[in-house]
Amino acid sequence: MNKKQKKMLIRIIVAAVLMVILYFIPVQRYVRFILYLIPYLIVGYDILRKAFKGIINRQVFDENFLMAVATIGAMAIAVYENGDYTEAIAVMLFYQIGELFQSYAVGKSRRNISALMDIRPDYANIEKDGKLEQVDPDEVAVGTVIVVQPGEKVPIDGIIVEGDSTLNTSALTGESLPRDARCGDEVISGCINMTGVLKIRTTKEFGESTVSKILELVENSSSRKSKSENFISKFAKYYTPAVCYSAVALAILPPLVRMLFLGLPADWGVWVYRALTFLVISCPCALVISIPLSFFAGIGGASKAGILVKGSNYLETLSKTKYVVFDKTGTLTQGVFEVNAVHHNTMEEKRLLEYAALAESASSHPISKSIQRAYGKEIDRSRVKDIKEISGNGVTAIVDGIPVAAGNDKLMKSLEISYIDCHHVGTIIHMAINGEYAGHIVISDIVKPHAKEAIKALKASGITKTIMLTGDSAKVADHVARELGVDEVHSELLPGDKVEQVEKLLASKPEKGKLAFVGDGINDAPVLSRADIGIAMGALGSDAAIEAADVVLMDDDPLKIAKAIRISRKCLRIVYENIAFALGIKIICLLLGALGFVNMWLAIFADVGVMIIAVLNAIRALFVKKL
Amino acid sequence: MKKTYEIDVDCANCANKMEDAAKRTDGVKDATVNFMALKMIVEFEDGQDPKAVMKNVLKNCKKVEDDCEIYL
Repeated sequence: MNKKQKKMLIRIIVAAVLMVILYFIPVQRYVRFILYLIPYLIVGYDILRKAFKGIINRQVFDENFLMAVATIGAMAIAVYENGDYTEAIAVMLFYQIGELFQSYAVGKSRRNISALMDIRPDYANIEKDGKLEQVDPDEVAVGTVIVVQPGEKVPIDGIIVEGDSTLNTSALTGESLPRDARCGDEVISGCINMTGVLKIRTTKEFGESTVSKILELVENSSSRKSKSENFISKFAKYYTPAVCYSAVALAILPPLVRMLFLGLPADWGVWVYRALTFLVISCPCALVISIPLSFFAGIGGASKAGILVKGSNYLETLSKTKYVVFDKTGTLTQGVFEVNAVHHNTMEEKRLLEYAALAESASSHPISKSIQRAYGKEIDRSRVKDIKEISGNGVTAIVDGIPVAAGNDKLMKSLEISYIDCHHVGTIIHMAINGEYAGHIVISDIVKPHAKEAIKALKASGITKTIMLTGDSAKVADHVARELGVDEVHSELLPGDKVEQVEKLLASKPEKGKLAFVGDGINDAPVLSRADIGIAMGALGSDAAIEAADVVLMDDDPLKIAKAIRISRKCLRIVYENIAFALGIKIICLLLGALGFVNMWLAIFADVGVMIIAVLNAIRALFVKKL
Repeated sequence: MKKTYEIDVDCANCANKMEDAAKRTDGVKDATVNFMALKMIVEFEDGQDPKAVMKNVLKNCKKVEDDCEIYL
């Protein structure tokens, strides 16, 4: 509790104790009124002052005004009837308890969420004359070597120049498995160094580092307001005056009608009391506080899971996602090529691979690299002579004195060697050794381990259609789509075609179901910004992707897409629950209040009780682990 | 030009009121109050001096919500 809250708590306790004491003191009339005025003013003086200032500044209708009028009115009725003062004081007392609780809960969740995002490094170590000196990360220039000891956070992005260690990235990615880091690796700020001392040469300024970007993004996220939030603030603007006028009407019209038309006694006291109850019930705080709190908690919970949502409005759109469009490479597949199969004739599989690796040893093409990786042993370049690269076809070389050709069908045709076509999908490298066909090697992009489950999880959470876009050949694309269970494939697309394809999809889908595009952030920024919601994955360190996307997945696990959607749905469900619950209870109580079935005590519940329940419900949005 | 200021305010509705008041101030193009982060982001019109404008913003905010603060 802060100072303000403590002071409030003391005021509440003193007023409550006084009320109990006064209950046992047998005084009458004006003495009694003055005695009861003491606890009333102790607990409510600031409300009265605010209401008064509001009137002066022509900001009449707010909850202070509502409370001031309601309690002063109740006091007046009590004086007039020499009745019960406790009601008026209790209304003020409970209203203040509610406010105190609200400010405590908001402060608590504010702290909770900042603790979740507690990745801001406080200092950076710089070695000076053999001693470590702590400096403000802001003051570290690019290219400086900083020292990160075990247990410390990496303060600035950079490259390791000395030392090995394991890094805990859980604060950034939600991934609990530590990551190995060796000399020469790039490291991003916000990771926690676990085992060894690292020396890192910084490549960015602190303000440009990953950790600063993420903090900025999360802190600014609730500034982009959702439709529900805008609806509530508009609603509150009309609601409070409307309720005040209704209360006035309730106090004046029925007694007049009774007197003038029905010939009954006016019963002013009864109707004024009902009007005051009406005012107490009507206070809109439950709505006004719980909606932004739900969004804030939802965004906080998502960032804990390694999902950064850039604003409440995006969380809202995400929850309405019905179509998910994927870019294939880097999203569903790893974008890393791997030898999948070796189909050999008479030669041993290992030998064939060895010849291929040797022939391709001079090339740095990803496909050559994958063959060299599959071979797995050191390549003895002295065994290879006369390497010729035939662009778009393959290579020929002399290995151990034997002519070797490795390449596609075109190469085989040009060498007039008959080859066997492969039924496998992927890039096929045919091999000819000593002028004879020796078999082929199948190389393909590997599907991510969770890709299939991710598509299934999306289906399970009610996504209507999953669509895959790729620049790859139709054969490869169809194969991957079948394997993963994607509904629709568009292949052989140039980067520009992807935007066009997304626009077509946007035009053909119903207005209500939103379309999300998932990409790895590499050259798909235009598509990311064109879709209803752009999701960039594995985007850590890529500024362009963080800039263009609305949702950023910190690691590259496609399962997180479904999780992000589930988090957004839970958050929105809580928002709607709160709107329905708060408005529902209020409307019922308002009706009952107008009819005279509700006394002040129930009115206090309708105000403070509903607010407390709504706030507690809102905080639920923070818990996303089991989703 | 956009600038971010730290603020202090107790209730969400009051934060909305501050936002309105800030938007109505001369020289302010747009303003957003983020109640949860306790921040006010003000976009100034071209050629305005943020310091002078913020004084008026604070004055207008105090008018609608007595119990608020903007740390300039």
